[in-house]
Amino acid sequence: MSATPIAPHRPVWRRLIGFNMLTGLALGIGGWFLGAWIGGQMAVGHDYLLGTDQNDVGLYMGYLFGVIGWLVGLGFANYPIGRLLGRPPTLRHHETGSWTRYFRLCTDHKVVGIQYLFGVGIFFFIGGLNAMLMRTELLRPVEQAWPAGQYLTLLSLHGTMMIMMTSAFILGPFGNYFVPIMIGARRMAFPRIEALTFWLVPAAGLILMSAIAFGGIATGWTGYAPLADEGRAGMDAYVMSFILIAISLTLVGLNLLATILTMRAPGMSWTRLPIFVWSVLATSILQVLAAPVLVAAMAMVLMDRAANTSFFLASAGGSQYLYENLFWFFGHPEVYILALPGFGIVLEMLPVFARKPLWGYRLAVAGMLGVTLLSFMVWQHHLFVSGMNGSLRPFYMLTTELISIPTGFIFLNAIGTLWRARIRFTVPMLFALAFFFNFLIGGLSGVFLSDVPSDVTTHGSYFVMAHFHYTIVGGLVFAFFGAVYYWLPKMLGITLNETLGKIHFWLFFVFFNLTFFPLFAAGFLDMPRRVSTYAPSLQGLNDFVSASAYVIGISMLIFVANLIWSLVFVREPAAENPWASRGLEWQVPTPVPVANFDRIPVITSGPYEYGVPNAPPVADLAPSALPAAGS
Amino acid sequence: MTTIAGERMPRHGVRIIAIWLVLTAIAVPLIVLVLGPHLPPPRMSAEAGSQRDANTLMTALLVPIALLVVVYFVYSFVFFRQSGEAILDGPPIKGHAGAQLLWIVLTSAIVLALAVWGSYTLIAGAHGAGGGQGPDPASKPTGYRNALPVQVIGQQWEWTFRYPTYGGIETRDLAIPDHTLVAFHVTSLDVTHSFWAYELGVKADAVPGVDNIAYVKARHTGLFQIRCAELCGLWHGHMSKKGRVLASGAFQSWIAAAKTKNAAIVKYLPKYNRVYFPAPLRRAG
Amino acid sequence: MSKAARALAVSAGVAFGVALIVYYIVSYLTVTPPGVAATGSKPRVHLTLQTVASYGNPPHADWVSYLARNPSGKWVHSTVLRVPSYSKVMVTIYQFDTATGLRNPFWGQPRGTIGGTMNVDGKTLNVLDPDLASHTFAIPDLGVSVPLKGVADDAKNQCSVAPCSLSEAHETVTFSFATGKPGKFRWQCFVPCAAGFPLGFGGPMQSVGWMDGYLMVQ
Repeated sequence: MSATPIAPHRPVWRRLIGFNMLTGLALGIGGWFLGAWIGGQMAVGHDYLLGTDQNDVGLYMGYLFGVIGWLVGLGFANYPIGRLLGRPPTLRHHETGSWTRYFRLCTDHKVVGIQYLFGVGIFFFIGGLNAMLMRTELLRPVEQAWPAGQYLTLLSLHGTMMIMMTSAFILGPFGNYFVPIMIGARRMAFPRIEALTFWLVPAAGLILMSAIAFGGIATGWTGYAPLADEGRAGMDAYVMSFILIAISLTLVGLNLLATILTMRAPGMSWTRLPIFVWSVLATSILQVLAAPVLVAAMAMVLMDRAANTSFFLASAGGSQYLYENLFWFFGHPEVYILALPGFGIVLEMLPVFARKPLWGYRLAVAGMLGVTLLSFMVWQHHLFVSGMNGSLRPFYMLTTELISIPTGFIFLNAIGTLWRARIRFTVPMLFALAFFFNFLIGGLSGVFLSDVPSDVTTHGSYFVMAHFHYTIVGGLVFAFFGAVYYWLPKMLGITLNETLGKIHFWLFFVFFNLTFFPLFAAGFLDMPRRVSTYAPSLQGLNDFVSASAYVIGISMLIFVANLIWSLVFVREPAAENPWASRGLEWQVPTPVPVANFDRIPVITSGPYEYGVPNAPPVADLAPSALPAAGS
Repeated sequence: MTTIAGERMPRHGVRIIAIWLVLTAIAVPLIVLVLGPHLPPPRMSAEAGSQRDANTLMTALLVPIALLVVVYFVYSFVFFRQSGEAILDGPPIKGHAGAQLLWIVLTSAIVLALAVWGSYTLIAGAHGAGGGQGPDPASKPTGYRNALPVQVIGQQWEWTFRYPTYGGIETRDLAIPDHTLVAFHVTSLDVTHSFWAYELGVKADAVPGVDNIAYVKARHTGLFQIRCAELCGLWHGHMSKKGRVLASGAFQSWIAAAKTKNAAIVKYLPKYNRVYFPAPLRRAG
Repeated sequence: MSKAARALAVSAGVAFGVALIVYYIVSYLTVTPPGVAATGSKPRVHLTLQTVASYGNPPHADWVSYLARNPSGKWVHSTVLRVPSYSKVMVTIYQFDTATGLRNPFWGQPRGTIGGTMNVDGKTLNVLDPDLASHTFAIPDLGVSVPLKGVADDAKNQCSVAPCSLSEAHETVTFSFATGKPGKFRWQCFVPCAAGFPLGFGGPMQSVGWMDGYLMVQ
C-alpha cells in the first residue's frame, strides 16, 4: 500500500497555499511584530526597559506571539478549533500525499522522524560552522579574527545550538521513526503532540539564531546568572529558545514513554524489547523529569531580565547558587539524555554486525536504568569549587564515580558480544566501534573531574571541554552517524555510497581525536574555557587543534555531499534488509507503509537470536487470529 | 588449546591478558616516572602537590583499564573478523554469569577505592586540596587560626586583593609569603568569577555575597599564574595576571611598599568585610 | 521535473542556504569600530577622548559612550585607539557625563600614569573621591587606571547628544602614560555606568565601541 497523493494534478504554487511551513513562517514573523508592539506598550513608564535601548518585554512578547503564529500557520489550531465548533474528531493529518507533507503538520511518525533528521541536521551544521569560526579566532593568542564580544556570542551559539539540537538528535529522528515499528505499533501514543515536538525545534533554532541580531549572548551555553541578567538582548533569545526546547524534550519523553509502556505488540515482553527501545525509555524518563526544571530556571532569568526581579542578584537577596543548582539539576541528566541513546544505538548495531546475540542483555538494561537513577544524584560535581557546603563534596564524588559502574556494563556488553564473533566492518559498525574508543577516553577523563583534588585544577579548563566533547561528539555524534548509515536505507529507501562513507568515517575519527586529545593538555597547561586570548606558549598546540578541526569540517562536507549525491543524483534503491538484521523494523517493506503493519504482528522471539539453532523469526507479521489494519 | 567441535581454538583470553600485561608493565612505570613529574599543577604548594599526586595515580590506574579495553577490541578486530560476502552467524553466547559478576565486583572495587581515597585526600590529606570550601570550610588544616587572610575580590574584569591584617589595604598585585598558611577569602562584587592560581593549585569561585575560603601553603618562592576560570563577560579571557610568592622578609617590605603606593585611596575604602554588597542594583540614568 | 533538474535545484538550494547562513554569521562577526590614530608622532603622541551620557544616535541612542578625536579633528564613535610603541601618550579626556560612583572605591586612585597623578581642570590630583567618578580609563595589562570626574548633577548646559562641544558643561582630565612593546591591549571603564542594566554593567559596559576598547600599540 503506497501513499496516494490527494490531488496529484494541482500546480506547485497552489500546493504552497494552506497550513504549512511557509504560512507558519509568515504568521510567525507577523506575530513577532505584533508581540513586539504589544511589549512596547507594556514597557511604557518602565525606565529599566526603555532607558536601555533594550526592551526585554517587547522581545519576549515578540517571540511568544511569533511562536504562536508559527504554530497556527502550521495548522496546530485547526483541530482544537474544529472540535470546539462541533466537528467530528479525526485522527490523522496529511499522512499521505506528495513531498509537501514534509513541510506541514503531519501525524505520521515516520514523516516526523524524517523532519527531525533534516531539521536537527541543519542546525547541527550551523553549530559546526560556529565551531570552525571559533577555531579560526584561536589560531592567534590575542583577538585577531573577531573581537572579544563576538567571539563570546560565537561560542555561546555553538554550545547552545549543539546542546539543544543534539538533545533531539537520536530520539527525534530515530526514536520517532523506529520505536513504534520496533515495538510493533502503528503509530505513537500522541501523534499531534509528536508533530508539535518537532515544529517547536525549528522555532527554537531560529529564535536562537536571532540572538545575533540583538547583540549576541555572552554567557556560554550554561547561561550563568547574574551574568545572564546583565547580558545584551540576545540573552532573551537564549532564554526563549531553551524554554521551547525544554517543552519539546518533555513532550517527546512523555510521548515515547506512553508509547513504549502501552503500545507494544502481543508477545513483546520486556526481555524481547530491542535494546535501543530500552535506551529510549530510559532517556524519556530523564527528559520528563529533568527538562521542566530547565523551564523553571529560564523563567526566573526571564523574570529577572524583564520584570526587574532579583532571583539571582545577591545584593537584593538573591543567590546565583539557585541558578547553578537548578541549571545543573537539569544539566547533568541532560548529558545522559545525550549519552544513553548512543549506548542504545551501538548495542543495537553490534549484534547485527558481529552476528551474535547481544551479550548480557539484562546487564545492559540494568546499566541504562542505573545511569538513569544515578544521574539525578551527581549534579553538584559541577560546583565542587563554587563554595558549596564542603561536607557534601565526598558524597557527590562517590555518586559521580559510582555512575561509572553502570556505564562500564555497556563496555562489558560490547566485549562479550565481540567475543569470537564474525565481525563485518560496515560503515555503521565502524562508527559503533569508534564510539567505544571515544567514550572510553571520555569516560575515563571524567574520573579525573569527579575526584575533587584533581578537579581543582581541571575545573573550568579546556580539560573539561575536551572531556565532554569526547563523550558528546565522540559518543553521541558518532552513534548518530552510525545510525544514519544503518537506518537511512529503511528511512529514505536509498543506499548511501559506502566509499564516501568510509572516507567520512576515517577523516572524522582520526581528526576528531587529533582535535580533542591535545585539548586535555591545553587544560592541564592552565588554559581556561571560553577565552579568545590565551598564553602565547600554547599557540602551536592551538594551531594544530584548529587545523585538525578544519578537517573534521571537511569530513562533514563529505557526508553532506554523500547524502545529496546518493539521495538526489544516484537514488540507488536500498534492499529491504541490507544488513540481514533480525530487527522487526527490517521486516517491514521499504518504503514503510503508512500504517507500518497490515496486521499487528505477534512477537515470537527476541531480536538478537543470531546463530541460535532453530530460532523462530522475530515476529509473525500476518497473524490470522488478530484483526486487520484499520478495523 | 581447547577444541570446539573438533576445531582447534586458540586461547584468545590468555593471549589478550598476556598482551595487556606486557603493555601495562611498560606503561605504568613510564606514567609514574616520566609523565608524572610533568602532570599539572607544578608543585608550588602542598595542595598543588596533592593534586599532582591525584593526577598521577589516576593516570597510572586508568591507563591500564583503557589498555585492557583497547587491546581486547583490536585483538577481536584481527581475529574475529569476517571477510567476504557471505554473512555467517557466530556462536550464540548470550552471557556468562561468572564474567558479569567478576566485572561488577572489579569495577565496584576500583570505584569505591577511588572514592574513599579521594575523600581521604580531600578531607584529611590535603584539607580541601586548594579548592574553595565556602564560608565555613569543612576540612581545616592545622594552624588555620593563624593563617594569613588574603581577600581576593573579583570584579568585571580585574582581581584586587585586600590584606585585613595589614590595615585592610587593597592592592592590584598579589603576593604571599612562602611556608606560611594563607587563607584566600574569595568574593565578587558583581557576577560569578573563579579565582585560579595555577601553580598554587588553588581554584575558588568568586561569588557575590559569599566568602569562599581556600587554604594554601606555598613551598617555595616564585611567580604563579592567576586566571579567571568562570565566564564573566566581555573580558573574561583577559582577567589574568602574575602573582608572587616571596620570602618572609621580602613579603614584609613588599607590603610596606604597597601601603605607600596605595595610601591615597585608603580612607575611601569600605571597612574590611567578608562580603560586600555595593550599591547600586540598577542605575537610573 | 527530470532527475537532473531536481538534482541541480536541490544542490543550488543547499548552496544558497549555506551562503545565506555564512553571510549572516560572518557579517555580524566582522563588525568592529574603525581605528583612531593618536596625533603626533613617536615618541610623544596625543589622544583626545570624550565621554557622553547618551550617544543620542542609532543604534543605541540611550547608551553611555566614549568617543575619540581623529587626527583631522573629527569626533569618531570608536574605542579602537592606535598609538606607537615605546612612546609617551598624552591623554586628554573631556568628561560630559555626570558622576555614578565606583563600585570598588579602590579605582579612585590614578595608577600607572607618569608621576602617578592626573590633572583635573588644571589641578594635579593623586586621588579622586570614588563617589565623584563618572568613568575610569583603565588598561589593566599596562597598569593604567585613571578615574574620571563627572560633571555636577546640577550643572547648567549639559550635553545631550554626541559629539558634545566644549561650550557645554564638562570636566577636563589629562594624564600621560608610557607604552612599551607592540601589542593589542583591552581597555575599559570600571564604573557601573550602564543606566538601567542590572549591576550597571550590561549593554555599553560590555560592548567594544562604547565603554570598552582596544589599545593597539604598533
